[in-house]
Amino acid sequence: MLKNKTNDKEPLFHVTKRDDVTFSKAMGIRAIAVVAAFVFCMILALILAGINPLKMISSMFSGCFGTQRRIWKFFKNLSILLYISLAVTPAFRMKFWNIGAEGQTLIGALASVACIILLGGKIPNGLLVLIMFVAGVLAGAIWGVIPAVFKAIWDTNETLFTLMMNYVASFTVAYFLLVWTPSGSSTLGMLSYGWFPQIIHEYFLVIVIALILTGVIYVYLNYSKHGYEISVVGESQKTAKYIGINVKKVIIRTMTLSGALCGFAGFLIVAALDHSVTTQTVGGQGFTAIMVSWLGKFNPIAMFATSFLITFLDQGAAQISTEFNIDSAFPSVIVGSILFFIIGCEFFIYYKVNFRHKAKNMVTMAASENIVKDEETLNNEALKQENKTAIDEAAHETTDVQDAKQDVKQDTKQDINQKAATLQENNGKESEQ
Amino acid sequence: MTIVNYLLSAFSIGIIFLLGATGETITEKVGHLNLGIPGIMSVGAAGGCLMLRALYPVRESCPGFIIVILGLLACFFAAGLLGAFYSFLTVTLHANQNVTGLALTTFGVGITKFIMSRLTKIGAHEYLYALPMFRAPFSNQTNSLKYCGVMTYIALFIAVATSYVLYRTKVGLNLRAVGESAGTADAVGINVSGYKYVATIIGSGIAGFGGLYYIMDYAGSQEAYLSIEAFGWLSIALVIFSLWKPVVCILGSFVFGLLYILNAYASTIFNVKLPMELSPALKTLPYIVTIVVLIITSTKKKRENQPPAGLGITYFREER
Repeated sequence: MLKNKTNDKEPLFHVTKRDDVTFSKAMGIRAIAVVAAFVFCMILALILAGINPLKMISSMFSGCFGTQRRIWKFFKNLSILLYISLAVTPAFRMKFWNIGAEGQTLIGALASVACIILLGGKIPNGLLVLIMFVAGVLAGAIWGVIPAVFKAIWDTNETLFTLMMNYVASFTVAYFLLVWTPSGSSTLGMLSYGWFPQIIHEYFLVIVIALILTGVIYVYLNYSKHGYEISVVGESQKTAKYIGINVKKVIIRTMTLSGALCGFAGFLIVAALDHSVTTQTVGGQGFTAIMVSWLGKFNPIAMFATSFLITFLDQGAAQISTEFNIDSAFPSVIVGSILFFIIGCEFFIYYKVNFRHKAKNMVTMAASENIVKDEETLNNEALKQENKTAIDEAAHETTDVQDAKQDVKQDTKQDINQKAATLQENNGKESEQ
Repeated sequence: MTIVNYLLSAFSIGIIFLLGATGETITEKVGHLNLGIPGIMSVGAAGGCLMLRALYPVRESCPGFIIVILGLLACFFAAGLLGAFYSFLTVTLHANQNVTGLALTTFGVGITKFIMSRLTKIGAHEYLYALPMFRAPFSNQTNSLKYCGVMTYIALFIAVATSYVLYRTKVGLNLRAVGESAGTADAVGINVSGYKYVATIIGSGIAGFGGLYYIMDYAGSQEAYLSIEAFGWLSIALVIFSLWKPVVCILGSFVFGLLYILNAYASTIFNVKLPMELSPALKTLPYIVTIVVLIITSTKKKRENQPPAGLGITYFREER
């Protein structure tokens, strides 16, 4: 009754997961995506602002590496982005979507500034910096641990919770700015106390600490017991429970760490770079860091490369917008569109598209089909032969049986006849008597 | 009269959140947390304004309602295009929803600022001529009633219609099934990818209306495009606040509106002189209220008040 229609309408392509992708191949796909993205951006710039593509690239390079000052600035920007990306990574490995890095960093910065305003000039600078450090880290940790506690106990959606906390942080900063500036100007200006020590260059220590932290987080995630627990909880909470990991404890501990690292980034922004705070101190880097971390596959060393790329695009595009006198929003257009390409290319690394009419596949499939057919025919012949002998034997047996039966029949017939004869004889005798 | 003005003003600023949140609700009901809503709202506004700018030469000869409809169509198209792109990345290419959404916001807000500032720079910001058409029939009013233009009623209609479709029709049932458990829906024979695409595109288009409404009705200024992003995040908050129900969203948008503009009216209505630094604190209230609602719903564990079970999970048929 059922008609076999499945083979008539095979889909155009079907997607399978691949788990054997080599590192070089993955990097190759990513490189193609980045090149394609750059070409796309050049076309976009040509259409939107009429910029010569070659000039665009050269101005991006000069914007990042044109002068010594720009190179320092480039690595400073990279470091700040890397700090926040490193901070969110432990949480992401645990599949805890902490998109509140923006707020956690901002509140860390605010706490540091609060220390300067309350204690500036009253205690020695070294002590002040230390107190600022503690306050910043603590504030970030508190901002991070609040959603974690609710996640651990009641499974409150952490993505939405941390997102909301960003705005609470932003308005908290706005509130304190109004409290601290009696004139109502809301701008603090550069504060003269609580400066982080500087050696070699203004930004040198910030960059070095970022590199050290990258190594520390790498070791923590890959070679420590905590890092292992984070990975297990991220893979499967049930497995984690089964092998005796306290999931709630891991969630709270990891988010405390994540928030504390964000707070540390906020402290560094205040103490070493800005010496002030506004609602735009973090300026969306908390969100960019999420993308950096994800694109780096939560691997601190790969994240260095991704934050390099993003910083290059951002600073380079900013140079374009000043050089060609176009709107300052141009960098986010460039960064956004390049991110699309990289996000899209991940698909081709982890999945394989099998087309219906792909020639190469057809050949291999045909070949494999032939092999199958050959095997089948061979098997069939062998079977047939076996069957034949079996049937022959069976046939022989049956004839024997039939003969035997006939013999039996004949025997029985003779028996019956004899018995009948004897009976008749007996009957005749009885009647005579 | 100030209290009436306050209520009306709160109601009409709430329409921005209502449109954004209704669009986001449809998207979330199908299992996709679209964090690109701020970008999509911005791009919707930009698309609408570009169309209105293109219609500038024919503004005298063309009837007002046709200009409004064309503006709305362009807005829906621009925002829907971004939504389609989001769906392509997250549904077809299985990309991470949070990352894609954030990238979309970066891109959308950036390109909107780029386009709109260019329009202003070359002296081509003549899209504001359509303001009376969007504010009809109250365009000659001077009080807050003037904000209750045509798009207000469109927004209310969309919210009610969405609620009806989601909870009273077969399409809505299928759509929610996809959001709750895509695998089960697929097994029943529902076209999962199709539902995800259509819901995200329609949702994005509706959210885009929110951006256009803000520029062409509530704010009515050429600088308005700069602040759409903040409304986008508030819309995402409103979805949680209204427990993923478009009709509750109407009430929620009013509450958010009341809280959002409270500091501007507090001194005249309640006769109290609020210290200036309290105004940011009042603006935090919608977010804090949302957090509280989020916590309460997660502790109560009432089934009909939970986020869609498949929210944020990418569905891949061959994975189990």
